Order: sequence, then structure tokens, then C-alpha cells
Amino acid sequence: MIGNILGGAMGKVAPTGDYESIATVTVGAGGATDITFSSIPSTYQHLQLRMISRGANSTNTPVLLQFNSDTTTVYARHWLTGNGTSASASAQTGETSINSSRQPGSGDTSNTFGAVVIDILDYKDTNKFTTIRSLSGYDTNGAGEIHLYSGLWRSTSAVTTIKLYASTGNLLQYSQAALYGIKG
Amino acid sequence: MPVTYENLATTTLGSAQSSVTFSSISGSYTDLILVWTGTLTTGTSVWGLQYNSDTGTNYSWTSLRGDGSAASSARDNGSTRINCGWIGTTQTTEIVHIMNYSNTTTNKTNISRNNATVASTYVAANVGLWRNTSAITSITIKPDSSTFTSGSTFTLYGIKAA
Repeated sequence: MIGNILGGAMGKVAPTGDYESIATVTVGAGGATDITFSSIPSTYQHLQLRMISRGANSTNTPVLLQFNSDTTTVYARHWLTGNGTSASASAQTGETSINSSRQPGSGDTSNTFGAVVIDILDYKDTNKFTTIRSLSGYDTNGAGEIHLYSGLWRSTSAVTTIKLYASTGNLLQYSQAALYGIKG
Repeated sequence: MPVTYENLATTTLGSAQSSVTFSSISGSYTDLILVWTGTLTTGTSVWGLQYNSDTGTNYSWTSLRGDGSAASSARDNGSTRINCGWIGTTQTTEIVHIMNYSNTTTNKTNISRNNATVASTYVAANVGLWRNTSAITSITIKPDSSTFTSGSTFTLYGIKAA
């Protein structure tokens, strides 16, 4: 027997205000060097970024993240990766950015984008460094990677700006990032 | 402030079933999140997704998994479904993010966490691809073998970007 649920037949409306959309950026024709969220309000407890992306570089590239226009070597990152053949892990300190995800390139299967969900907890707390965790991956029907990332920004400043950009080349049209705020 | 994170549909199985389908999914959201908890009636099995009743070889997936002894990775191309993990007769929790499901521009990518606990299964993270730019209007969830037990609960959420 197949259980069949009609979408919306039992839909319930969640309380408003606990999980809110702050801003969405979609890359237009011609591409973009980065997606940046600025003037992030301090009215939430946590942030979540949800993104699909594809890069102009012919091969896959990391998507990097910086906070508050800080380009100094105050970031650290770890990741666990599966490439379809083997699992591997890596860690780096004293970096100028955090690896948040990896995206397919212009030479990969057309119309295919990488996906990532990034959680940034306690982003406005000035007693803590900022930590992120992400689940990301891309698959192009013959290649792909799945990742668990963690990252650290060694600053106690409240996060007011988030920049996402490819390590090489631009982000391609239809890449899209959405920033959400979660109230505590 | 408009609703951003909305429960679209929930079902708790009243009897064992070979699959569960969410249909007539509204195109008003940006992402979907599928959350389900439950068990398999017997043995262990891969569970997976199909979209819009597409049973062709239009899916592929890459996984990262740990079996309690080692971490490993696997992939399948030209598959008839997206492998989202392994489940058994002990309670599991599954969360799948189906990104930008309603656009008609990109092939559809999902990322997921699989949290099985029974021996011979894995904790895993997965990425899946449906090579089709159509908006997703239905999702079929099913194990490769056995059935979902009575009491298994499936919920579909919509997330709407600004």
C-alpha cells in the first residue's frame, strides 16, 4: 500500500517570527564576484544561510566565507569529505577565510549546482568567537563531493556582514543565497 | 512578517507501507525540508527519493558514511533513485534539504543527514542530483526492500526566501 499525502492538505501555519527570511541574493546574467549580506540585524539569536551555487572556473572550487570584511589570518577550518571513492579530512589554521562548501564548475554537467546549509550560532554574542558548521555537496552524475565543514572566526565582534565567494573565478548566474534569522 | 518556515504536510503511518508520497506540492517556497523518523519492518535497506514519479535513470548520488569502524564514501550514477541512507529495525531520524525545488532553471540537488543506529547501517551525509530542471511537485520516499513500519512519521516543510 502506498501512503499518499497531498501537499497542503494537512498544512499547518507555523508561528510567525521565529524563523525569518532576512535577505536573498540571486546572481544575474554576467555572474558575480561574490554574494554579500551587510547590515545584518542583531535581533536574532542565530543565522542560517542556504545557498546553491556554480562557479565560472572550469573545474569545481571551494566557496569561501568571510565575516565583517575581515581579510586577515584569523580563520580556522576543518572538513570531512567524501568524493564517491574515499573519505578524507583536513584542517587549517591562520587562514583568511572559512571553507563553507564546494561547487561545480562551468565544465561540469550543465544546469547543476552545489548546495549548502550553513548554521552560524550566537552570531551577535560579543563574549564568543563565531563558529559555523555546514552540510554541503554537489553531484554531477559521474563526479561529486559531500562535505561536513566547521569554521572559526577568531573575533568576538557581532557579525554584521557575510561575504561568500569562490576561491577562483566568479559565481555563475542563478547561484542564489538566502539568509535567515532564528530567534532565541 | 510572512510565514517563512511552514509545515506543508505530516503523516504518521497507521500500517506498514512500501512507500510514502507527497504530491501536489506548492511551488510557493524556495526550499523543502523532509524530516522523517521511523523504522523498517525487517532487516536493513537503503532508502531513497524519486521526484515527480520519474522512475528513469535520471538520478545520481555521493555519500560520506561511517559504520562504527571506518569512514568511507560511495557513489552511483545513472540511478533510478537518490540514495539517502541506510535504515533498519531501530528508530532512525532523517533530514533532507531539497534546495531551490520550484525553479525551472537548475537540476535539483538535495543534501541530507542519515542517522541510522542499527548494526550493518551507517551514519551518513549524502548529496543527490535529479537531472531535470522541472519544478518538483511530488516526492516519493521508499526503501529498496521491506516496508516502513506503522508509526513512522513523515513531515514536509517549506522554506520561503525573501
